[in-house]
Amino acid sequence: MAIPSDIPTTFLLGRLDWHAIPADPIVWVTGVVVAIGGAWLMWMLIKHRLLGYLWHEWFTSVDHKKIGIMYVVLALVMFVRGFADAIMMRLQQVLAFNGSEGYLNAHHYDQIFSAHGVIMIFFVAMPFVTGLMNFVVPLQIGARDVSFPFLNNFSFWMTVGGAVLVMMSLFVGEFAQTGWLAFPPLSGIGYSPYVGVDYYIWGLQVAGVGTTLSGINLLVTIIKMRAPGMTMMRMPIFTWTALCTNILIVASFPVLTATLVLLSLDRYVGTNFFTNDLGGNAMMYVNLIWIWGHPEVYILILPLFGVYSEVVATFTGKRLFGYTSMVYATVCITILSYLVWLHHFFTMGSGASVNSFFGITTMIISVPTGAKIFNWLFTMYRSRIRFELPMMWTIAFMLTFVIGGMTGVLLAVPPADFVLHNSLFLVAHFHNVIIGGVLFGLFAAVYYWWPKAFGFRLDPFWGKVSFWFWVVGFWVAFAPLYILGLMGVTRRVRVFDDPSLQIWFGIAAFGAVLIAIGIAAMFIQFGVSIRNRDALRDETGDPWDGRTLEWATSSPPPAYNFAFTPVSHGLDAWWDMKRFGQTRPRATYVPIHMPKNTGAGVIIAGLATVCGFALVWYIWWLAALSFAGVVIASIVHTFNYARDYHIPAEEVRETEDARDRQLASVGA
Amino acid sequence: MTHPFKRLCWLSPLLPLAGCEAVVLRPSGDIAARQAHLLVQSTLLMLIIIVPVMALTVWFAWRYRASNRKATYNPDWDHSTKLELVIWAIPLLIIVCLGALTWVGTHLLDPYRPLDRISAETPVDNRQPLQVQVVAMDWKWLFIYPEQGVAAVNELAVPVDRPVEFTLTSTSVMNAFYIPAMAGMIYAMPGMQTTLHGVFNEAGEYQGLASHYSGHGFSGMRFKARALDDAGFDAWVAQAQAGGEALDRARYLNLEKPSENVPPMTFAQVDPQLFSRVVNMCVEEGRMCMAEMMALDAQGGLGLPGIANVAALSDPGRGTPRPVLGLPPFQVSGICTVEELDRMLASAPAAPQPRDPSPLRGRGLDAPQGILGLGLIPNRLTQSVPQVGAEQNL
Amino acid sequence: MSTVSQHPPGDFWEVEPHHHHEGASTGIGFWVYLMSDCLMFAVLFAVFGVLGSSYAAGPGPKDLFDLELVALNTAFLLLSSITYGFAMLAMVKGRKGGTLGWLGVTLVFGLAFLAVELYEFHHLIHLGAGPQRSAFLSAFFALVGTHGLHVAFGCLWLVTLMIQVGQRGLIDANRRRLSCLSMFWHFLDVIWIGVFTFVYLLGMI
Repeated sequence: MAIPSDIPTTFLLGRLDWHAIPADPIVWVTGVVVAIGGAWLMWMLIKHRLLGYLWHEWFTSVDHKKIGIMYVVLALVMFVRGFADAIMMRLQQVLAFNGSEGYLNAHHYDQIFSAHGVIMIFFVAMPFVTGLMNFVVPLQIGARDVSFPFLNNFSFWMTVGGAVLVMMSLFVGEFAQTGWLAFPPLSGIGYSPYVGVDYYIWGLQVAGVGTTLSGINLLVTIIKMRAPGMTMMRMPIFTWTALCTNILIVASFPVLTATLVLLSLDRYVGTNFFTNDLGGNAMMYVNLIWIWGHPEVYILILPLFGVYSEVVATFTGKRLFGYTSMVYATVCITILSYLVWLHHFFTMGSGASVNSFFGITTMIISVPTGAKIFNWLFTMYRSRIRFELPMMWTIAFMLTFVIGGMTGVLLAVPPADFVLHNSLFLVAHFHNVIIGGVLFGLFAAVYYWWPKAFGFRLDPFWGKVSFWFWVVGFWVAFAPLYILGLMGVTRRVRVFDDPSLQIWFGIAAFGAVLIAIGIAAMFIQFGVSIRNRDALRDETGDPWDGRTLEWATSSPPPAYNFAFTPVSHGLDAWWDMKRFGQTRPRATYVPIHMPKNTGAGVIIAGLATVCGFALVWYIWWLAALSFAGVVIASIVHTFNYARDYHIPAEEVRETEDARDRQLASVGA
Repeated sequence: MTHPFKRLCWLSPLLPLAGCEAVVLRPSGDIAARQAHLLVQSTLLMLIIIVPVMALTVWFAWRYRASNRKATYNPDWDHSTKLELVIWAIPLLIIVCLGALTWVGTHLLDPYRPLDRISAETPVDNRQPLQVQVVAMDWKWLFIYPEQGVAAVNELAVPVDRPVEFTLTSTSVMNAFYIPAMAGMIYAMPGMQTTLHGVFNEAGEYQGLASHYSGHGFSGMRFKARALDDAGFDAWVAQAQAGGEALDRARYLNLEKPSENVPPMTFAQVDPQLFSRVVNMCVEEGRMCMAEMMALDAQGGLGLPGIANVAALSDPGRGTPRPVLGLPPFQVSGICTVEELDRMLASAPAAPQPRDPSPLRGRGLDAPQGILGLGLIPNRLTQSVPQVGAEQNL
Repeated sequence: MSTVSQHPPGDFWEVEPHHHHEGASTGIGFWVYLMSDCLMFAVLFAVFGVLGSSYAAGPGPKDLFDLELVALNTAFLLLSSITYGFAMLAMVKGRKGGTLGWLGVTLVFGLAFLAVELYEFHHLIHLGAGPQRSAFLSAFFALVGTHGLHVAFGCLWLVTLMIQVGQRGLIDANRRRLSCLSMFWHFLDVIWIGVFTFVYLLGMI
């Protein structure tokens, strides 16, 4: 299964030829299944005449709520792919003992663990978090949309473009076999001559543009668009964490972009940034990528800290304990996250003083994080806890995350890291915090805000099935990895020779199966809930007795979110409104000024994706053409000055009257 | 007393199942044992706070469930300065302790620091550490014994209770060298040199491995690390010297070609400059050594004539495909004379550093100086006075 | 806040229609974008700092740079910033013709800058001192080239804006765009001052 290192390039197709079709039956079967599934989906869409609807109402929409939902859908689709990779790795590692090579060759296996990491971080966690912030933040600050609605749509489609490139690598060519951060010199042209790393680079670059722009967008939205009276220290805690996250995005993704540009120059032009010879320095890449990479970890987790805070305050029926210290803890973490990157490579041999410095800064981060845990704990103290699903996930998070935090601080002790670095203990640790922290939080968020997004709750039975399989499955899958790490087993290994390890990989694989059942239960839950949506209907718009402004409007909210701008007089603006018996005003409605939908985002992002594909395969004419297309389409877009319209007052009145009738029908 | 934490295995409820096979927690070598010791200590220190938090979480969740109407409900209680002080102070205190532990432990167990003891009971004797030069190749390990003049591939033999000083580099891509039973891991990087000190305290055969993913044949980069008694080690060296071929530069370039799951082999003779040339990336004839290049660069390069001082690669092996928009890869030609090169390469391995046996002063841990130490007698705060000219603190 | 007030602190809804000033976020949004761009340059500067003296036994800055040419280039860019300032002054006074005229002058200076830079690059590559020769040259071409690419896009944007101002005059939207480009242009000027100092001047010492 060797790909010749010097594939001739042709003008028309670059280096795209029959070698590009992977000679792997697993990939063929996947390809056939995906093709059939895609064709069926397409046929259903055409049959039910949904294509036009999707295009006009969703793809071209600049409504932050719809874009948020599309982000989450993208994340869920990619999650299935990333999880399939995980299952394949577990299966390979449990089989490859006693002289068996397992069922995956090195070329395939190395792609799988690289793709798993890239997909889970960039195309599951990131879009999920971004989607969540997109949906919730404007509602929570009483705004009608984000600051730059078109940019929002464009950012989303760039993220999709990156995901498309990464998915394409499965069927056309190959993906990187370098691990998820593509350290040179291994990722250089010399050691990875084929298209894998190029897919990696262009997938991340295309998506990265989207992430950076959406970071700027949300940051400015939070700064400029808050409801009157909502000072910084009255912002809901989720908005606070979103603010810090977007500061981190804006201040770290350019580093990733620049680093990948340098890597691609090394690969395409033959420069010597990260090469061994001619003065290059590969370790500079390791430093640069982690200067982005460590803040990235907090980009993922901070918004979920916000989610847990909202969930705890809501379901305990109690004000959040220590709001101010929560805010300062968040800001501390934001700043400290830039001072710890070297803990990812203590073993480079930087010397004891440097290592101790970065070890101790890392530990210091656990202080504000610990304070947060205590704040949630004391919010629960003397409260009335309703164990709805979001609260269950939060409790599971608290119990799981502290262990992950503890092993994290352990890894921050350089001498301990010398024996645990790159081991399965490390793998268990970051899954412990990413699944136990990020993913559990995302699930809590989905259950919490689903009624707001769609107007009905999720079925609790299947939710509980999913919850228990997930939580138990997580521990069964990852506790063995902790143990294996202590047994001196390192990551990314394909074949083992010590038979005593097999039992642990067996247990871990069983855990992965439990998680798979948890995932299936979640999708069943979505289906069941959609079918029973009338029974699960949320008429009030405030199903959980919430505290923040998103619960002040209907579920789902109208396109304009609020007919009149809410005014904040303290934390928990909606809670105050309820306490003082404030209802929606019935003043004269006025036309509402809103941004118009546009297809420009889809078009420009599509062209950028084509450009990325052409660059991967060295199809220069296509790259030039699509790049020119991106520039021209962008310029043409700026000539369109009529980007807004007004929702007529009459329509607003009808919508609001319908809402009144709905509220009256449930006696609110 | 070597492994006080053997008894601590019960700590993790999952470990009994592991039957304490956890080599990281129960290694043979003193360095790894101390690293594991620190690991256990840190864990215990953190459990002081982790256990109460988990217990409180469960207890609060149970106690304040909505159906428990007996529990107090205080919906507007959201602030308590005292409590806030406590919840910031306790983690901070623990981190202060852990930070102190880290600072000291990191310096004591710095891989660059020569050993200050052979085991908990045995102090270092006056024998110099055994020198082993390690080269991470695609995809096997090369061990060169400069004193013995032998080399081995995928097999490491060292005497028990004698400190070993590894100097490591790599031929092509980055890797990490790890013998869990002996000491922590360290990166091996092309064109660079790292150092690792370790010792085995029990004879036996241990697993050694590559712990940083390095490409296609990575999984097969395992080797057996054999800790032998002195007689056994001598016998091993004699055996290696008796049979096998010589490892000169030509043989090395051949060996360097990618291969997977390579069975162990030994070489009877080794070119004494070989490791130096590997680190300097000038094993191939005619290629400029890094040391030469860096010396020239420090003087401002070779100027415009230097542009032309390049040649096609003398050994187009792995890692040479042509970048699509650039020139084919090339190398800089060496301009040193043979004598100059010999001098340079011979002086490359650093002279053995004076050992600093003080327990709290490791390499890189400066004596208090600078603004705070203006009026202080140097080293007043430490128990030992460093030897004259001890440059190890740089 | 254990005590919670029992009286409504005021109105909870703004019933008077209040108009969000359109484009109120554009200035700060573009500013944040510039800061993120600035970080990208920060990386390139850092890389130049690390690799700037790795000549790989090839030529160094003293062998390659023509400081007089670069000084001329610097003058072009600084002058273009001043002329852009005049364009903004004309815009504030509402003089469309003056704005367009000064923008045109700015464009000429920008293109002159690019032409000189391209000449310099061509000269170096012709000598054989292309980006492949050493890490120093890689870092040099990446840093200066990225700046040049920004100037090129600035010029393209300038042309677009000139057309738009020509078509629709100095309407609010166009004024906003002119301010953004103004920030962008001056930002590139600041970056160039850094490049000139750290790459050229310090290199020649």
